[in-house]
Amino acid sequence: MVRKLPPIAEIAVAAMALIVVGGITLASRLPHPAPLPVLVALLAAAAVLVVVDVVLLARLRDFAWALFFTVAKWTLLAYTVMYGILEFTFVYDHVTGSTLAVLTLMLAVFAIDVPLLFGFSVARYAG
Amino acid sequence: MADVLVETPSRPKIQIVPLRGLPIVAVVFAGLVATIASNKLWPLEFYHVVGGGLWTALDLFLGLVIGPILAKMSVPARAEFSARFMPKMLLIMPTLVTMTLASGWQLARLVGNLEVAYPKHWWLTASFIVVGVMAVIAIGLLEPANIAVLFEMRKPEPNGEVIAKLMRRFVYTAGITGVMQIATLVIMTRLASW
Repeated sequence: MVRKLPPIAEIAVAAMALIVVGGITLASRLPHPAPLPVLVALLAAAAVLVVVDVVLLARLRDFAWALFFTVAKWTLLAYTVMYGILEFTFVYDHVTGSTLAVLTLMLAVFAIDVPLLFGFSVARYAG
Repeated sequence: MADVLVETPSRPKIQIVPLRGLPIVAVVFAGLVATIASNKLWPLEFYHVVGGGLWTALDLFLGLVIGPILAKMSVPARAEFSARFMPKMLLIMPTLVTMTLASGWQLARLVGNLEVAYPKHWWLTASFIVVGVMAVIAIGLLEPANIAVLFEMRKPEPNGEVIAKLMRRFVYTAGITGVMQIATLVIMTRLASW
């Protein structure tokens, strides 16, 4: 019997898509100033989705938590390296102030979202 | 009656992350950071063209050549190929994507492409959208499936239905990523010939 799980993966992908839309919005507006209200709204929506995901995940019973954390931990390490390179690029390009803050927070939301997604995607089939 | 020893074929031991590839990834990333810090045209072009070219070529080759061949192979042959192939892809694709995007952004800044006014700027916006779609598909759908398949294949008795279900994502998204990669080729050659 297949166990029905809440749409944790789907919500994680939706959060990811919002962050990506934010990045595209920012990049396509250059060299004009970043549309901060739009970016903040997208960031906030993505953050809410990630919080919902964490809550849904925390409520799971009989879940392969050891496997989840193993995969999530190593994913976080790998993506921290990649996010670090992106953050270095922002700082090197003299992105400052609220734009840098929003971009950094977007990466932070990604840093929770992606490991959560990968860990869940593996652990759900642990049987 | 003599005991009969039956030799069962051994399955390849799957290493989820090929550790021998990690030093290569480390060298590539160190070079990427140095390239961005140098802000020089040639190294940025090198990283962007090599990374982007390999990423596009791999995606198209996998979708148009390897995928159809795999579909016609027997299940054991497919499993053996995937067991050796997918761990390598776990390292190769994120590395290529990171080196392409980071160096591409810096390159665009250096040559002034980011300051180009509309309507020419639409080509850049199009490239951002294409990359965004590919990123969501790759990170949101394909990489999780890749890892989940590898973990499933490591089990003493892998569930074939789970593996088949996860692998179907690659089939369904192959069309989208193929179109996105061809769009990338059109956009990038257009940008390079301004």
